Amino acid sequence: MAREIEHPRPVADWETRGYWEGAGRHELVLQRCRACKAVQHRPRAQCAKCFGAIEHFVASGRGTVYTFTVTEQNQVPPFRDATPYVLAYVELEEGPHLLTNLVGCAPDDVRIGQPVRAEFRTGSDGLGVPVFRPA
Amino acid sequence: MSLSGQIAIAGVYEHPTRWAPDKTEFQIMAECARGALEDCGLELRDVDGLFAASMSMGAMGVVSLAEYLDVKPRHLDGTNIGGSSFVAHVSHAAAAIHAGLCEVALILYGSTAASNAMAIGTGLGGGRDAGASFVSPYGLTTVGSYALVAQRHMHAYGTTSAQLAEIAVTMRRHAGLNPNAKMRKPITVDDVLESRIISRPLHLLDCCIISDGGGAVVVTSAERARDARKRPVLLLGCGESVCHQEVGAPDLLSIAAKQSGAQAFRMAGVSHDDVDLCAIYDSFTITVLVTLENLGFCKPGEGGAFVSGGRIGLGGALPLNPDGGGLSSNHPGMRGIFLVIEAAKQLRGECGERQVANAGIALAHGTGGTLGVAHSGATLILARG
Repeated sequence: MAREIEHPRPVADWETRGYWEGAGRHELVLQRCRACKAVQHRPRAQCAKCFGAIEHFVASGRGTVYTFTVTEQNQVPPFRDATPYVLAYVELEEGPHLLTNLVGCAPDDVRIGQPVRAEFRTGSDGLGVPVFRPA
Repeated sequence: MSLSGQIAIAGVYEHPTRWAPDKTEFQIMAECARGALEDCGLELRDVDGLFAASMSMGAMGVVSLAEYLDVKPRHLDGTNIGGSSFVAHVSHAAAAIHAGLCEVALILYGSTAASNAMAIGTGLGGGRDAGASFVSPYGLTTVGSYALVAQRHMHAYGTTSAQLAEIAVTMRRHAGLNPNAKMRKPITVDDVLESRIISRPLHLLDCCIISDGGGAVVVTSAERARDARKRPVLLLGCGESVCHQEVGAPDLLSIAAKQSGAQAFRMAGVSHDDVDLCAIYDSFTITVLVTLENLGFCKPGEGGAFVSGGRIGLGGALPLNPDGGGLSSNHPGMRGIFLVIEAAKQLRGECGERQVANAGIALAHGTGGTLGVAHSGATLILARG
């Protein structure tokens, strides 16, 4: 199996810092509207449904594979050096889908609907990149 | 008053080049402008609306283009919503002409994607800003984003790689009838299935080619188009739409074509059975399949069966991309303008060996962006004038 991707570091801004810093602490941080209770991802300064004030909460980190692809060709480093790698949308228990990589699983063994759990790759910048492995 | 039937495509031109290391983008656009204006018998000085987008033009690119062409139009539109932009430009031009903001709109595209060795499908690294950061750590390619949709479609409906391959085989057969097409050697379903995987489940031959090229379209009022050199092509209906990540859980199989297509059909007042041919953005085989479903030519999940058995080939019930499409004719980065050009030429009956017999109504649909992450859709329904 190819080696894991050395993830390019995310760039955080005022609206997204809570998500990336949470991942740096190994917590999957999502947003919920205080008014309409809608859960949203990606992070925004207000609720996308009703413009209400949002709060952050730590999600379970559990989900299932919604869809995936095994990338065999990517000419851009560092991904070039990690092919074949599994890219997936994981449907979180709380609803949102996260684009992510699956790790610790042979590409041929990935299935839609498969239970997975989050783990994190924290950089020296304190920001974390969530990835998922079979639960 | 509805603009349906009031606006016409008066001139079109597709640049014959597929490899132009000796040309710039603006040069290709100028050559295309000349071709489309000659096609309808108008002059550059008649143009009072300028529309353009490209892979490398910046936010003010249409201003630079106006200088290059030495024109000072009274209406400018540099809308860039991805490869569908030029399909949307036609409806924007129609609205502007209908509102009296301009009379003769020139829509331009030019690209040297191939000779610049632009690896569009697997080489674009993605942005490094806060918005892009939800994608950029993970190695998503353009091919990969469509592969995510293909995998989901296979899971939901049992669609097979062989069914997707039918689309690539059909496009190649059509390209064999188009002397300008880049890839003309026939292929089989097995050739597609045996070509290397780029991003599972999509093979190399499920992916569009990369070429250089360009095109131009002249839009004006139906009344003025009656005096043009060629038979006018009337705009009956148009629609635009966008699909994105919503607040986190989009249905990847419900694409922008659903909304833009419904609007275009409503406005045109025609039914699916009235459509004689389609020009659909075939960035990948899966793009065609889900677009046909979302436009309503078949039900969700029936796309695999729909594209099989010759239905979308010349001589079939719904010929699709008689020019060979992006899968085999040309794909210089953003392909929307060629959908409009092929639909118009088919309706004028000037396509030679690849002509759809008695083509009276055509549908063109462009997808821009990436299907699995965020994309735009633009639909036109056109009729022989």
